[in-house]
Amino acid sequence: MNLTVDDGQLLALLGPTGAGKTTLLNVIAGIVDYEGNVLFDGESVDDKPASKRGVGYVFQDLALFPHLDVALNIAYGLKARKKSLSEIREKVDELLRLMKIEHLKNRYPRDLSGGERQRVALARALAVCPRVLLLDEPLNNLDSCVRRYLRAEIRQIQKRLEVTTIFVTHDVEEAGEIGDNVAVLIDGKLRQVGAPSEVFSSPVDDEVADLIGSQNVLTCSSCRHIGGGLYEVNCKGTRIVVACEGSTINKIAIPAKEIYFYNGKPVGPKVNTYKGTILEISSPSPSVVKVRVKVGENTLLAELPKDLFNSLGLVDGKDVFLKLKLKSIRTYP
Amino acid sequence: MEIFRHLRGTIPFAVFVALWEIVARFNLFPGRFFLPPFTVIVQELFYMTASGVLLNHLLRSLIRVLIGFLIGSALGMAVGILMGCNKVMYEALNPIVSFLYPIPAMGWLPLLMLWIGIGEALPITIIFICSFFPVAYATAAGIKSVDKKLIKAAETLGASPRKILTSVVLPLALPTIFTGLRLEAGMAWRVIIAAEMIAIPTGIGALFMQAESLIRTDMIIVCLVVLAVMSFSFEKVFQYLELKLCRWAKHFDES
Repeated sequence: MNLTVDDGQLLALLGPTGAGKTTLLNVIAGIVDYEGNVLFDGESVDDKPASKRGVGYVFQDLALFPHLDVALNIAYGLKARKKSLSEIREKVDELLRLMKIEHLKNRYPRDLSGGERQRVALARALAVCPRVLLLDEPLNNLDSCVRRYLRAEIRQIQKRLEVTTIFVTHDVEEAGEIGDNVAVLIDGKLRQVGAPSEVFSSPVDDEVADLIGSQNVLTCSSCRHIGGGLYEVNCKGTRIVVACEGSTINKIAIPAKEIYFYNGKPVGPKVNTYKGTILEISSPSPSVVKVRVKVGENTLLAELPKDLFNSLGLVDGKDVFLKLKLKSIRTYP
Repeated sequence: MEIFRHLRGTIPFAVFVALWEIVARFNLFPGRFFLPPFTVIVQELFYMTASGVLLNHLLRSLIRVLIGFLIGSALGMAVGILMGCNKVMYEALNPIVSFLYPIPAMGWLPLLMLWIGIGEALPITIIFICSFFPVAYATAAGIKSVDKKLIKAAETLGASPRKILTSVVLPLALPTIFTGLRLEAGMAWRVIIAAEMIAIPTGIGALFMQAESLIRTDMIIVCLVVLAVMSFSFEKVFQYLELKLCRWAKHFDES
């Protein structure tokens, strides 16, 4: 494979279990033997051991030193590099503040929650001012709320520090949300690299398409802030409300599994509720039905479980109401 | 509530002592010679201590145990570190250690009596053997049990192999090493008594044999009490050190 990550960029490395994501990180870090070349800023690091590559690595299970408290865990790399005590103290305090874990300074890893351990692991990796930051599914064992929150924090910190980062995940939504670019790795081979909207709208082959799941990527001609982190975008005349932290939205992606059909007009708020016409129904597998539906000038692809499809009685040409789940719609600047 | 906890341990012991006194005093135990009352034991303990007999023999046993245990443990740890950190050394030494480890320390006594004779070197060597193999084993096992991910993490953070050994591997192996040390500290006392009973004219073991030949059950029981206290104290010392140095380990959660 041939993979380039631009300076200061966050690359989301996406792939199923066993694809080789961790192995790739280990190669970059220099903790496994490999054939090939790894270059940092054009300079080969192949002859450098892991301790000299200047890589910050957050392992999948975090690998915090259980016999050291939080402050000593963070200070470990600085002590290994023989920094002065005052320098170490200053850097540790800075990172404790950055990660908002000052109150955990003297606690041991076994006394921390999953989210707290993750922050400590990240602080430890950042303490050595790495040239490259490697994050191996660091949010794996956290509940979805904490995961979303920490994901946003990691992104903020990475942007602030402008450190080149590779973030490994098997979660498509996470890859799309966090990465400047997404690289898809399947069976040890790099299948596609590009901006999230590009990869999700144009998967290069069936295996990539299966991995990322069907996505409806729509171009937005306008974007209007309506308050509270919500925006109304115009996609070929169809107004869709989305949630976004930034202020510019050029594209949105609607997962096929997050389009909900109703035979009659659904009760409740009219937000993201539309009337459409069914164009085509296909069944690629015994348990899944794909439905192409026209909404205004847009054609959307929806995926339903077979039993749900049967209960709705959808047929070609039928008019139907559908709702788009606001929280599932991804936005791209 | 604290007082009830202490009473829970003290009351049964007090009842046991009271029963002992009563049974011995009223000849309820078959063969009166062989169970002196508790108060007679206490008297004999004071007498042996005041006369210097107990201290003299105890010191000899203590010095032998200390020398044999310290040298055996130190060398055991050194070999254990070598085996734990180096695959080639492990494969080379493990068969020898595994073969010799199960042999009881007292099993070496006849051979050592022929090779080095009866003198101070004999009990010290027995204690050395008693300590060396289990500590080497525990050290190697402790080092091998350290999560490899932690070593890789230390590597990526810029630590040299020596730094990784001293700051990550050894500290994390300590709980297992201490388990070995704690068990062998108590075992060393049991072994020295046996060696002194069979082959050495001085020490607590020799005192046992003298008491036996004089049919002095009171002296024998005093020696048993001293043995129990020394064995218990040694284990407690290592337990204390383990508590201080391995506070982070899971099994100290309750404390």
